Amino acid sequence: MPEPDPTPGQTIGPFFAYALPYERDHELVRPTVDGALRLHGTVYDGAGVPVPDALLEIRQADGAGRVPTLEGSIRRDGTAFTGWGRCQTDAVGRYSFTTIEPGGSGAPFVAVVVFARGLLHRLFTRAYLPGANASSSPLLASLDPQIHERLIAVREDDSSLRFDVHLQGDLETPFLTFPGEV
Amino acid sequence: MSTAAASPPGELASQRTISSEIEQLRTAWTAGDAQPRIDYPPYRSSVLRHPTKALHPADPEAAELVAPVFGHSDVAPLEADLTIQDRGEPIGERILVTGRVLDGEGRPVRHQLVEIWQANAAGRYVHQRDQHQAPLDPHFTGTGRCLTDAEGVYRFVTIKPGPYPWRNHHNAWRPAHIHFSLFGTDFTQRLITQMYFPGDPLFGLDPIYQSITDPAARERLLAHYDHDLSEHEWQLGYRWDIVLTGSHSTPMERPEEHDA
Repeated sequence: MPEPDPTPGQTIGPFFAYALPYERDHELVRPTVDGALRLHGTVYDGAGVPVPDALLEIRQADGAGRVPTLEGSIRRDGTAFTGWGRCQTDAVGRYSFTTIEPGGSGAPFVAVVVFARGLLHRLFTRAYLPGANASSSPLLASLDPQIHERLIAVREDDSSLRFDVHLQGDLETPFLTFPGEV
Repeated sequence: MSTAAASPPGELASQRTISSEIEQLRTAWTAGDAQPRIDYPPYRSSVLRHPTKALHPADPEAAELVAPVFGHSDVAPLEADLTIQDRGEPIGERILVTGRVLDGEGRPVRHQLVEIWQANAAGRYVHQRDQHQAPLDPHFTGTGRCLTDAEGVYRFVTIKPGPYPWRNHHNAWRPAHIHFSLFGTDFTQRLITQMYFPGDPLFGLDPIYQSITDPAARERLLAHYDHDLSEHEWQLGYRWDIVLTGSHSTPMERPEEHDA
């Protein structure tokens, strides 16, 4: 059987915000649990203007490096760590997840996918933990140091992690493509 | 590549200008352009929001090889019927929309989440920033969710959405469409797209639809009317299959393949 042709993507448009967000979608863990970590940032366009109608999703391993395969991401009961979250940006382009640091060997990261009005197809990127370096990650090793540091989240004074997304411009975030994509 | 005609600030381009930009880009497609051009100036919002650097090739690693799992605790069966979410009947043409979600090798994506959202029959969204002068339907929210079954089949009952105006250019109208959000077996298969209805006169004028420059790829966003899905004195049926990219998981990690 010939392989079927892929369905093209399209923009999420401006009016997803009554449909896709749901209660505590950005809380992979409750903010009160031990080890809770805020991963946050701002999405910017090519003029450096914040993007108020973007949607970010993250996917990650737990602290031991295991990627959960539990259901319960949409009706969260506050106990299961499902390793997936969704957050729309606010009026000034900010997003914020409450999660835990992914663990495991190599350079653990949080996988990020970005959707926005004006963006015709989703973009994948990664937020690595501070300290990640080229010797522990094939992807980081494949990029110039100035480029790869844009994939590494910044530890803030309040111990949260900041990962800004620049869709375009001098600080453009490195976006990823995977084998088999067209 | 930027062919956006500079319009004075606050002044919208004409449809003629947009159509001529679409036409220029239409002739430049090559076979294999299966995805929209993210740099597509006729869609004005894309100008400052598309990456300018080539995407960086990466091998998927742990978190990207496993999609999130959704199940019956996440989605109630009634969420697949957008016509019964309120106490009254929504206005418009009742339709069934169904099809299969497949991966790039043609395998069904089983028990995975499908989400939809759409305008009502008058072309208006239940969204505070949608100020189109068309009625809101008190009995229609336009959002639904379901899980695919063991064959990868999704199924929604809804109301056919209307076209609506937007401010990309003067007299800009979107063809009627339903937004679809999809997951595969890997997180790298994540897709958001739009399903369109056959024969829409607005296709040639719409820069979002035309951002897919390969005509065969564009056609893959069209549902097909299927009379066998229609129900006597009740609803019209449309069929639309969705194909995600291939899965990177090895067969060893997909034991369910053996019971197919």
